[in-house]
Amino acid sequence: MVTAYAVARTVTDPEMPMLTLEDLGVLRSVEEHDGRVEVAITPTYSGCPAMATMRDDLVHRLHDAGYADVRVRVALTPAWSSDWISDEGRRKLAEHGISPPGPAPTGRGPGGGPVTISLLPTRRALSCPRCASAEVELTSEFGATACKALYRCAACLEPFEHVKEI
Amino acid sequence: MSHSAPDPNDAHGSVFDGLLEGSVGDSSQWAFGTRPEELQGEDPLAGVDTTVPEGVDPHALATYCLMLADDALVLSHRLSEWCSRAPDLEEDIALANIALDLLGQARLLLARAAAADPAVVPSLPAGSPVPAEDALAYFRDAPDFRNVRIAEVANGDFAHVVVRVLLVSTVRLALLARLADSRDTVLSAVAAKGVKELTYHRDYAGRWFLTLARGTEESRRRLVAALDLLWPLYPEMLAAHPVEAALAGAGVAVDPTTVADEVDVVLDQVLAVSGVDRPGLGALAGVSGRTGRDGLHTEALSRMLAEMQVVARAHPEGRW
Repeated sequence: MVTAYAVARTVTDPEMPMLTLEDLGVLRSVEEHDGRVEVAITPTYSGCPAMATMRDDLVHRLHDAGYADVRVRVALTPAWSSDWISDEGRRKLAEHGISPPGPAPTGRGPGGGPVTISLLPTRRALSCPRCASAEVELTSEFGATACKALYRCAACLEPFEHVKEI
Repeated sequence: MSHSAPDPNDAHGSVFDGLLEGSVGDSSQWAFGTRPEELQGEDPLAGVDTTVPEGVDPHALATYCLMLADDALVLSHRLSEWCSRAPDLEEDIALANIALDLLGQARLLLARAAAADPAVVPSLPAGSPVPAEDALAYFRDAPDFRNVRIAEVANGDFAHVVVRVLLVSTVRLALLARLADSRDTVLSAVAAKGVKELTYHRDYAGRWFLTLARGTEESRRRLVAALDLLWPLYPEMLAAHPVEAALAGAGVAVDPTTVADEVDVVLDQVLAVSGVDRPGLGALAGVSGRTGRDGLHTEALSRMLAEMQVVARAHPEGRW
């Protein structure tokens, strides 16, 4: 029998199916005790609408692999960070035309004080995942899913998505 | 010309066959109503330790969670009313994203309230499958809502939503940044996560505030009008309700008066860069000292809830 972890790590994200939940850093742990499997997942954003589907997919795939007793629990802490996306995950994102995130902000302002407000468009050093041009412009900090911003390449003119840093 | 329904036994197959591939007897891909019993319901706190910290009154904790939850839930609904009405597609998507983040925070906080003190959850017919978070969202009347009134007033123009998101997210970000140190591990986790989301919300609103202020005469006029309209509701967010003050003393909550200076600094920065004066308007009075945190609301909340709750209330035993 394949281990529960080996099964769980192949389950993909419903919104970015090129990534596994493990690539995305959403799969936090898989434990087996006396035939019972407990999987911990964490939401990317508080309102992530894919949590129920992730849970269902995990339960389903583990059932199919012969694990009858599966519990999926939510791990709220520590909060998910885009830094948890694996190198493999970043490679797959880029391969599918999605710009991977840069380093996440610390969640603190200078000297550990309050987070400062930023009134100018966020500047990120990134390049077009299609033509590699660095001439890109931010269209919106919000995109089709909670975790992505919208960009446009000024060279090839194609729009593309960027996974936001959190 | 009419089309007959596809015949699933047709030798050439049906266009829908691909949807069923490899899933004979497996209905898990269908979103509505057919999921197996054990997969229904979706507790956002599944498996999370919801033990109330020692020495903390469970009812007070639940009430505090409702305050934070209702601010998010009510504003989320107001923002979702913008869907398909924003000036362009990007702003439509941005407002929907902000609404979704707030809805997620609301769900976790409503579930935390119910876990702390089940007595706050409205009772439903025996056997009703409605989870506690939904019972709290859809089966409470306006006087049971604990949100600040700035979250509930009716929408106006785009400048109005920009000002509202700026004021609310600036205060909420400051509150949650401190709440991340709460002795209540659920509140602390929800807060730490919320800080990251609210940072994006506040930046979004701040940038639009500046853009509208420095845009055309008309955009500036509308921005200042929206600021004047919403400003009297701002002080309420920074006043401490006795429940907040008591729980802050117990290391569980944040007393809003303690973030007032920090919030003022941020708003003054936005106002200064935008060349807009701080309005000289006083706070909208409560009634006998009661405000949103006490369940005293404007008429707008009742109207909003009537629309938000009508379907759920018509089907108290419905599965969604």
